[in-house]
Amino acid sequence: MRHVRRVPDTAEFHLRRGLHLRHRGLHLRHRGLSLLCAGLLWTAALAAQGDPELDARLKTLENELRCLVCQNQTLAESNAPLAEDLRKEVRELAVAGKSNDDIRAYLVARYGDFVLYKPPVKATTYVLWFGPFVLLAAGVAVWVTVLRRRARMPADETLGDAAAATDGAAVSRARALLDE
Amino acid sequence: MPTTNAAAESKPAPMKWLRWSLPLAIFLVVLGFLFVGLFRDPREVPSPLIGKPAPAFSLAQLHRPDRTLTTQDMRGQVWLLNVWASWCVSCKVEHPLLVDLAKAKIVPVIGLAYKDKPEDGLAWLSANGDPYQLSIVDGDGRVGIDFGVYGVPETFVIDKAGVIRYKQIGPLTAEALKQTILPLVRDLQKS
Repeated sequence: MRHVRRVPDTAEFHLRRGLHLRHRGLHLRHRGLSLLCAGLLWTAALAAQGDPELDARLKTLENELRCLVCQNQTLAESNAPLAEDLRKEVRELAVAGKSNDDIRAYLVARYGDFVLYKPPVKATTYVLWFGPFVLLAAGVAVWVTVLRRRARMPADETLGDAAAATDGAAVSRARALLDE
Repeated sequence: MPTTNAAAESKPAPMKWLRWSLPLAIFLVVLGFLFVGLFRDPREVPSPLIGKPAPAFSLAQLHRPDRTLTTQDMRGQVWLLNVWASWCVSCKVEHPLLVDLAKAKIVPVIGLAYKDKPEDGLAWLSANGDPYQLSIVDGDGRVGIDFGVYGVPETFVIDKAGVIRYKQIGPLTAEALKQTILPLVRDLQKS
């Protein structure tokens, strides 16, 4: 049941009412402030969140690019100011719709192949790309020749008895060891 | 190992000779590469821009921000582009050389204040001397990226047609100026 509020005209009442109103005002202001905060947080979160797909793509790309200032770090790892600028640049290019290849070409045009952690296959890098395989093939060839020569050895009459005897002794010693 | 020795002795002469000379040759080649590597600076990455037209830019001048300088404005003359910054420590090292070069009036030098605030750049120039025919400001470093700048100071030699002919990475030295840059500038000025 509601009853009409008696409005006492006393000093105490006015004082209380004033305090109450002030409190309410503060409360309202507080609410506004928290709303503003929430709004700001929300926008910040949105901005930070951005496009997860783009973020993932940029992360992969930046891990393939070298920071020129600290040369053993990738663009993704480096804190150098230039790396920051280049990350910004890469992001802007990506947002503008450039492909990863376009972005790589953009950086190579300015800084050379050195920005790529994976150098391109071309005439000047053939040694780099295929050299190890050539060396491996050479190694295998040497190995095979040595093995073949060894296989032929026992039949080789020019070997000399001393060598054969040593070999024979070594083999029997090894046998004895294995049998133990 | 007695077996291999015996095998070697049984081989014809040329193979025997190859047996020690081939590894020695490989060793000497590797040694040669490593030796040359000792005197090379891994920080100096050859620029792909050499032999290519200088990137187009249009930047505000340091002393008169209402005016700009573009790549086109420098056409028809050989010039140097010196990339520096007031926050760059080694720029102070090369600066006296640039001041001397300016006095000799051999070649116009344009200064590019890289990622610098105009007021800082101006203060730095008034403290250390201003050797530049003109100074421009690249506040956000965009033009720096276009020029492939990664270690200030850097100096570019640009010919009459606007083609980059040489790039000095790091501070200029008296030796680099005398032996490489100035002869190149003279050659380019003649052509």
